[in-house]
Amino acid sequence: MIYLDHNATTPVAPEVVEAMAACLRDCPGNPSSVHRAGQEAARRLDRSREAVAALIGAAPDEIVFTSGATEADNQAVLGLGVSHDGRASHIVASAIEHQAVLAPARVAESAGTRLDLIGVDALGRVNPADVAAEAGSGTALISLMLANSETGVLQPVREIADFAKSRAIPMHTDAAQAVGKIAVDVRELGVDLLSMSAHKLRGPKGIGALYVRRDFPAPVWLHGGPQEGGRRGGTENLPGVVGFAKACELAAARLAEYIGRVGALRERLETGVRTRFPEAVVNGAGAARLPNTLSVSFPGIEGARLALSLDLAGIAVSTGSACCGKRPQASHVLLAMHHDYGVATCAVRFSLGWETTAAEIEATLAAVAATVPRLRTLNPEP
Amino acid sequence: MSRIVVAMSGGVDSTLAAALLHEQGHETIGVTLRLHPCEGSGQARSCCGGDSVAQARAVAGQLGIPHHVLDCQDLFADEVLRPAWDDYRNGRTPNPCVLCNARLKFGALLEFARTLGAERVATGHYARLLPGADPAAAPVLHRGADRAKDQSYFLFALDPGQRRAACFPLGGLEKCEVRRLARERGLVTADRAESQDICLAGDAEGFASLLAAQFAGGATRPGHFVDETGRVLGAHRGVESFTIGQRRGLGVALGAPAWVSEIRAGTAEVVLTTREEALLAGGLEADGMVWQAVPPEAGTRYRQRPTPASVVRRADGSACVHFLRPVKAVTPGQAAVLYQGDRVLGGGWIRRSLPLPS
Repeated sequence: MIYLDHNATTPVAPEVVEAMAACLRDCPGNPSSVHRAGQEAARRLDRSREAVAALIGAAPDEIVFTSGATEADNQAVLGLGVSHDGRASHIVASAIEHQAVLAPARVAESAGTRLDLIGVDALGRVNPADVAAEAGSGTALISLMLANSETGVLQPVREIADFAKSRAIPMHTDAAQAVGKIAVDVRELGVDLLSMSAHKLRGPKGIGALYVRRDFPAPVWLHGGPQEGGRRGGTENLPGVVGFAKACELAAARLAEYIGRVGALRERLETGVRTRFPEAVVNGAGAARLPNTLSVSFPGIEGARLALSLDLAGIAVSTGSACCGKRPQASHVLLAMHHDYGVATCAVRFSLGWETTAAEIEATLAAVAATVPRLRTLNPEP
Repeated sequence: MSRIVVAMSGGVDSTLAAALLHEQGHETIGVTLRLHPCEGSGQARSCCGGDSVAQARAVAGQLGIPHHVLDCQDLFADEVLRPAWDDYRNGRTPNPCVLCNARLKFGALLEFARTLGAERVATGHYARLLPGADPAAAPVLHRGADRAKDQSYFLFALDPGQRRAACFPLGGLEKCEVRRLARERGLVTADRAESQDICLAGDAEGFASLLAAQFAGGATRPGHFVDETGRVLGAHRGVESFTIGQRRGLGVALGAPAWVSEIRAGTAEVVLTTREEALLAGGLEADGMVWQAVPPEAGTRYRQRPTPASVVRRADGSACVHFLRPVKAVTPGQAAVLYQGDRVLGGGWIRRSLPLPS
């Protein structure tokens, strides 16, 4: 199978598998225990925290391990966006956030918080001025993703964090898609909170982290123990943490190589698609994007049907789920960009990774070239 | 061999159908139709609950074939549930399974199959498609070999194009053989309850109240029970709750067994009779006939077990059927399907019953 769905999840790096297996085999202790087995576990936890922090330019004590980016997003949005003293609260987020941000934001809204969702331009970018127009001194949280999962388009997090800092508004970014694919530095970004996930960068599923800037007053999330600075009680997922850390080390050591190699393959794919299908719309083309992501709408062809046909040809790409109604599923991200239902339902996402080869890109282009015209003859009306 | 899509409900029948086609060398793709908003409902209906997707996915994995879920909730509501509700409102008793087969399984799913490069759709129905007198014409629908499980009744509305594309791998098998073949193959669904063609609700009244909740905010059309002379016998909860021949659950006590003999939607009257023989009909009129065999001549007599009948085919697409023996509880909204032996000649929708010849 040719796997081009790395934004959904990545294969686990062999080094990560080894590190996790070694941890499971050789390190039975609980990091909270006083004996030597516990001490060894605590040492591995400490080293892992350093490696994860290093990838994003943070200090180890600023990393709270979570079950993944969804938990980290929930912690940020519900921890800060819901008022507990009866005062009105306010969240500003973009309309193209992942559901891990949008869904808790709506929960906060139903609890009385005002929620403003900021739209994007045709290239899928938030305009910092739009955020500044909505957010003010009463705003409890601004949340803006660093890179969009569907289009790969990068968002002006640094500019908006500058504004947030000037108004003393807490600033969160969901960086689950960005970390490991582009350079991410929390000091440079100037954010207070940042969500990340291991399985998007060749680590295991079920582990992630919330960066919490030192001295930032983040609430306790899970009560029940002193772990994670008291913010998230419960015995640590040590094998997961060790795997996450190994993945971060690998990503940090080879980030430039990744960007060069994967970026070139993505360009090859994008150019090939454009050459064969001049009418295809590359979503977010012209904006700064992740090096590995290509979202294309083939007008008149429902994305799900193209994706399933490619699956039968042995190529895994991403789309919404297949649907036979009059209104097939449209991505909220693409609807926000295009305001055009047709384009929004006709997208597929190719997301490349370390394992992707030039031969796979050529085979994918050939399969797309064979499939799109066939689907078009079946469905002549867009 | 050709690429073929199998509608997989997660039950033993569609599972074995997929397994047989796969063994015959077809490139087999399993597709499960999502018809209800199951997520989070915690309900596990016989063939459409969330767990049917998981069952079908498990079997597809066991067979090593691809499996997809096709979300048909909107289409199912528009093309199957809404017309069924309209029928109930009009005093008829709908047959949603016929519509589901014609519009979804061999409609939307067939169209979806073509986008996957498959020209045919298979299901686990107990029915057979056999070549007709003209081998170039579409195959002709016949009863399944297992007369007790025969489902050809639910498939009469397939048009020639749909019959060409349809495939019923279980048509020649008995149910007990299907279970045995499934067990021999170690299929995880071998001993699972069958879904048949009743994926909507347990009983008719449950289905009607489900539709009332979906389309009318739970509102029904209450009215009166009347006897055959028009005398009011009591109040009823809504015309949607009743079907012709119904005896139980009427919600009125007459001191003697009573049956629903007529539903008058216009006046919201439900006619009760204490004479069971009043339910007997001498024939019926049906609309929207789909003829698939050589068109019968007017007045030609066809024998159907257990009710021999003669049929008059009319040019307006309707038909008039006269039974040689009286038939009980002929119900408007249900399908009338005409057989010659095992062969389906055609079928349509019952408009009204005809009285016994005097």
